[in-house]
Amino acid sequence: MQSPHLVYITRLADTALIHGQRLSEWCGHAPILEEDLSMANTALDHIGQARMLYTHLGQLDGSGHGEDHYAYWRDADQFRNLVLVELPNTPPAAATASQPRDFAVTMVRQWLMGSLMTLWWQALTQSSDATLAAIAAKSVKEARFHRQHARQWLVRLGDGTDVSHARAQAAVDALWPYTQEIFTTDAVERAVSDQGIGVAPSEFKQAWLDDVQNALAEATLQQPPEAALPCDGKNGRHSEHLSYLLTEMQSVARAHPEGVW
Amino acid sequence: MSQPPSATTDTWMLWEVFIRPGAGLEHKHCGSVHAADAEQALHLAREVYTRRQEGDSIWVVPSAAITASAPVAKGEMFEPAADKIYRHPTFYQLPDAVDHM
Repeated sequence: MQSPHLVYITRLADTALIHGQRLSEWCGHAPILEEDLSMANTALDHIGQARMLYTHLGQLDGSGHGEDHYAYWRDADQFRNLVLVELPNTPPAAATASQPRDFAVTMVRQWLMGSLMTLWWQALTQSSDATLAAIAAKSVKEARFHRQHARQWLVRLGDGTDVSHARAQAAVDALWPYTQEIFTTDAVERAVSDQGIGVAPSEFKQAWLDDVQNALAEATLQQPPEAALPCDGKNGRHSEHLSYLLTEMQSVARAHPEGVW
Repeated sequence: MSQPPSATTDTWMLWEVFIRPGAGLEHKHCGSVHAADAEQALHLAREVYTRRQEGDSIWVVPSAAITASAPVAKGEMFEPAADKIYRHPTFYQLPDAVDHM
């Protein structure tokens, strides 16, 4: 049984890595060159955050593991990321992840996560874990830009053409239930919160809702009603999509263990 | 990229990007971006042109707002200055104290 401190860092790290990996699928496929660079930059910000957190984890848990160990040598049930970030970039009704990507799905997720991580990293700058506080201080600046950029797109798509509005609304409807997991406080979050190491997202749920609702209104999008969706990625229970993502991400490292280039 | 350029880039405005490398220096033209409005142009300029810490300030200007001299007018525009060397401040004796003028 790992300490709440380790589990909490693992959740943050895994969420950053899987989010970055999922977003990086757009590299070379974004609607225009400028946005292509932007999406790749953002994905690399997330992966950079994950690298710092994994390095910290390897020191904290006494294993001395490097970042690659956590990224490449664990299986899906050992990952503790939010399910929201592992969902594919395909349209909500897509039967398989091999269908074409939907820019609206990706940008709505970027918005929900951008708003969330801005608040989360901001809170973590006060962490009693000095390394985590330093990672948060760096990451919050990245998150503020991600949030701003995604917000622009949310409004542009929602308040755009009939087609872009319909696709953005479908994306909001599909992703909204997965935000529930974020604010379900468990023993790990209570413990790190009591110790001053971390913060439970439920502590800033209202601020997140205010931010998200404000943007949805400006984008002329409807906030879906609360719907119960039991999903629990932060305890290792994932959708079927994560293992496919990991298989691709880990394939080179596992085919060539200890490989360097 | 995945769509033909005519589907997107034709309908997005072109913006000229100017980056200032640091405080006290001037903004310099570094390229252009396509964007639907000024705010987006600023974001995309940041993503395209400041990824390697090229600067700390960005200006974006609609390309259409720039009035440029015509290449064919080079003769009358610029060549008359070629033999006016007296316009260069190089004929003055500077006091020794003024090292770098």
